[in-house]
Amino acid sequence: LEKPRPGPGRYPPLVRSRSFDLATAFEFRGAPVGHYRVPIYLRGKTGSVEAAIEPAAVDNEEEGYGRNAGSKLHYYRVAIPMTEIWPDYVGSPRDGLRIEVFETWLERI
Amino acid sequence: MNRQNQSHDYDHDHDHGHDRPHGEISQSGRPGYYDVMETAVRELLVKRQLFGPDEIRRQIEVLDSRTPALGAAIVARAWVDPAFRARLLANGRTACEEFGITFYDDTELIVLENTDKVHNLIVCTLCSCYPRPVLGLPPDWYKLKPYRARAVSEPRAVLAEFGTIFPDDVEVRVHDSTAMFRYLVLPRRPEGTEDYSEEQLAGLVTRDTMIGVVPASINSRRTAQ
Repeated sequence: LEKPRPGPGRYPPLVRSRSFDLATAFEFRGAPVGHYRVPIYLRGKTGSVEAAIEPAAVDNEEEGYGRNAGSKLHYYRVAIPMTEIWPDYVGSPRDGLRIEVFETWLERI
Repeated sequence: MNRQNQSHDYDHDHDHGHDRPHGEISQSGRPGYYDVMETAVRELLVKRQLFGPDEIRRQIEVLDSRTPALGAAIVARAWVDPAFRARLLANGRTACEEFGITFYDDTELIVLENTDKVHNLIVCTLCSCYPRPVLGLPPDWYKLKPYRARAVSEPRAVLAEFGTIFPDDVEVRVHDSTAMFRYLVLPRRPEGTEDYSEEQLAGLVTRDTMIGVVPASINSRRTAQ
């Protein structure tokens, strides 16, 4: 897996290993079953990586199923403009959101 | 609980120092699904001797010992000590530990400095992540869905309901705590406090100023928690 570097990034709308389009399925079936730490309102949105967070950490979502196998990757601090998340956002175009995202959820564009 | 109070017979005399009669203090109804799950998991962990009842009790004591007074002391120190402020912004957790505040979990703390250009607001859309080591337990509204949904979708409307209004040249920056990180807002030091002692300054720093729903003000007073 190629590591994202600071710069523009994109959230995949779905877990990459899935072969069908969950972005459409969300409307009918909601999120995939389980507790995911990337909220649905950010899936598929475009943001910028501000910083890589040290030290590397285990993948909590895999760890929850006993599958982390000791592997560690990074969280990235991601900046996303509010107008990117909400097309009809009411407020200043400067307004934005910050969130830490584990790198398996990031896709470089 | 209300239903029980309504059906309670108030005719008898409680005679233990109350002005008015009240219902029996009790837990009404059956425990919910997650109550039962919590009890079952806890009992299994104790049975397997992974930890004991006393460790659970001690941890609850630790949680209950944390109040916004800790965060307020941190903020006041940052206001009067630029070197500490720099360390706090560089690594919130180690700066708090240096200050004597222990962290009882694996979370990191990111301290967000309000300026005349950026106002920070914290939320946890997925659950109720909150900087508990430095602020204690979150207020109920922080944990409820209206705040969690609206803080990220219409933060300025939420802030306005708290009486906080910014012009458009101030960036409202919302921080969604969803992973291993907790946030603490470092409010701006109010004007007119140049002569205040560190202790007096800490008295102006309320819980809500450190969540970011209101600015610190010379009129704000942190009440005993």
